[in-house]
Amino acid sequence: MFNYTLRRLLTVIPTLLVLIVFSFYLMRLAPGGPFTSEKPLPPAVMQNVLERYGMDQPLYVQLWTYIKNIVFHFDFGPSFAQKDRTVNDVIAQGFPVTLTYGFWSAVFVLVLGIPLGIVAALRHNSIWDYTMTGLAIFSQIFPNFVLAPILVLLFTLSWGLLPGGGWNGGQWEYIVMPAIALGTSYMAGVARLTRGSMLEVLNAPFILTARAKGLPERVIIWRHALKPALLPTLTYMGPVFVYMITGSVFIDVFFSTGGIGQDFIDGAYSRDYSMLLGLAILYSLLTFALNLMLDLLYAWIDPKVRSSL
Amino acid sequence: MSLLSVENLQIRFRTGDGLVHAVNDVSFDIAEGQKLALVGESGSGKSQIALAIMGLLAKNAEVAGKVRFDGRDLLSLPASQLNALRAAQIALIFQDPMSSLNPYMTIERQLGEVVELHEGASRAEARKRALEVMEAVRIPDARNRLRAYPHEFSGGMRQRIVIAMALICRPRLILADEPTTALDVTVQAQIMALLDEIQRDLGTAVLLITHDLGVVAGFCDDTMVLYGGRVMEAAPTPAIFDAPGHPYTRGLLRAVPRITDGDVTLSAIPGSPPNQTAAPRACPFAPRCVDAIPACHEMLPDFREGRACIRPVEELT
Repeated sequence: MFNYTLRRLLTVIPTLLVLIVFSFYLMRLAPGGPFTSEKPLPPAVMQNVLERYGMDQPLYVQLWTYIKNIVFHFDFGPSFAQKDRTVNDVIAQGFPVTLTYGFWSAVFVLVLGIPLGIVAALRHNSIWDYTMTGLAIFSQIFPNFVLAPILVLLFTLSWGLLPGGGWNGGQWEYIVMPAIALGTSYMAGVARLTRGSMLEVLNAPFILTARAKGLPERVIIWRHALKPALLPTLTYMGPVFVYMITGSVFIDVFFSTGGIGQDFIDGAYSRDYSMLLGLAILYSLLTFALNLMLDLLYAWIDPKVRSSL
Repeated sequence: MSLLSVENLQIRFRTGDGLVHAVNDVSFDIAEGQKLALVGESGSGKSQIALAIMGLLAKNAEVAGKVRFDGRDLLSLPASQLNALRAAQIALIFQDPMSSLNPYMTIERQLGEVVELHEGASRAEARKRALEVMEAVRIPDARNRLRAYPHEFSGGMRQRIVIAMALICRPRLILADEPTTALDVTVQAQIMALLDEIQRDLGTAVLLITHDLGVVAGFCDDTMVLYGGRVMEAAPTPAIFDAPGHPYTRGLLRAVPRITDGDVTLSAIPGSPPNQTAAPRACPFAPRCVDAIPACHEMLPDFREGRACIRPVEELT
């Protein structure tokens, strides 16, 4: 297990290198640059600016300097668009915000989605099951950019219960709506997936064996059925976690949370090369970390996977 | 008094194609320590009988009749009391050891939880008992394999574990549903020998469900032949082999290869098992029977003198 984890961690390095090189050149292929504007800068000023950011050097030199600064100083460079701020600053400020409501959103997805799915499966073909499946399908068709305005309309404008935006240091009132808007459709997905896999597991021969042992239903569900029933949900949650944190662009913009998604959008519009690259690295590290975590969790649940590690 | 007494058991399933009459009017008794074989081809309803005794039939099943165990009617027993009997008094051995063990739990836990549940044993006691039964079914190096998972064992070893699981509370009746069907022939013989030995040591009654007459021959005192969910013939095992009294039993025996036969061709029974969506009105075997006369297609034969056939034994081919 330890060796496996180490091996996985080591693969991060070459993958990140490829990602950096690829993204670096890809961004430069896009027309325009961070200092392009409708009224071109005077050539002398432009020359100064380019020198200041090292952009007068050939591309491979710029790339080399960039990598060197990350490796030796953990410095992702200055933002090209936001004056006097480094990429490190921007991430340090925005990422905790995104991570906070992303985390609570994931909690919301799991804590609501899994029990709903299990209850629906245990009450298979009952009114509970139909209601829950219906609700799940209904909420799954609501993308966050539809749900967010509806939530604000109800909770802020009609009932005045929650603030319609802002962050305010991450007080809970400010987290609730972003987390729900971000998570609802995934919550519904988790509920349906859990229901399906629970139904399948309950039909497995080893559950019949457990029944033949005389175990009460409660023990059969918790001890015998739950673990295998959660495996598909776990597989689903891997990419979902990442997407919930990286794909929160709309939430950041709509609720003005000040999360990292806003910076990603701004960076893309203003060709803020260092910002985009920094965020791409952050997202891929996050993907790595979450996938590794889920794989280890998978191994913990499934002894067959464990013995193959 | 018999240990298990099944009277006029009827099992029907509500399905999309209508009511399937899986088991019709089946009656039998098993005495303490007796070994009874239920023989029939797939679809004859034999597994459903075992599940009915355990109260484990699928939700779309309708059961009628009486199943008395030790004087209590199992069919009307509340779930909690039925749970108290399961594994403690009546144990079930399933057909496929590959899928009937929980792949996510250690063997020790799967064996141990039975004793913990029924005898209130502690973890430590449960482990001791698990080790004992694993040694009893001769799992090599049992002590070190308690912590192993099912996928780390071969099929034969897994079936031994399933048997160990059935034995751990020393039940009075074991229902063995095709215990060797999923195994290699050589392993089959070992498993049957093991069952036989354990049965003799513990004096447990066994209901052996199988389609394989070869398995029955060496093991069971009595044999019951099922066709289309109905008892065709019931007799002491030697009589079934030496003087089969029903055309179906005869057909089955002719389909079993024997070493002494030389190059005699085996004969299959022509036709296929009956469609059981209608309530039976005639002998279910009549359409495939070489001895059938017109009356066979018109009336349901009574079960008399150990056989359900209207034709006298002397007239059968």
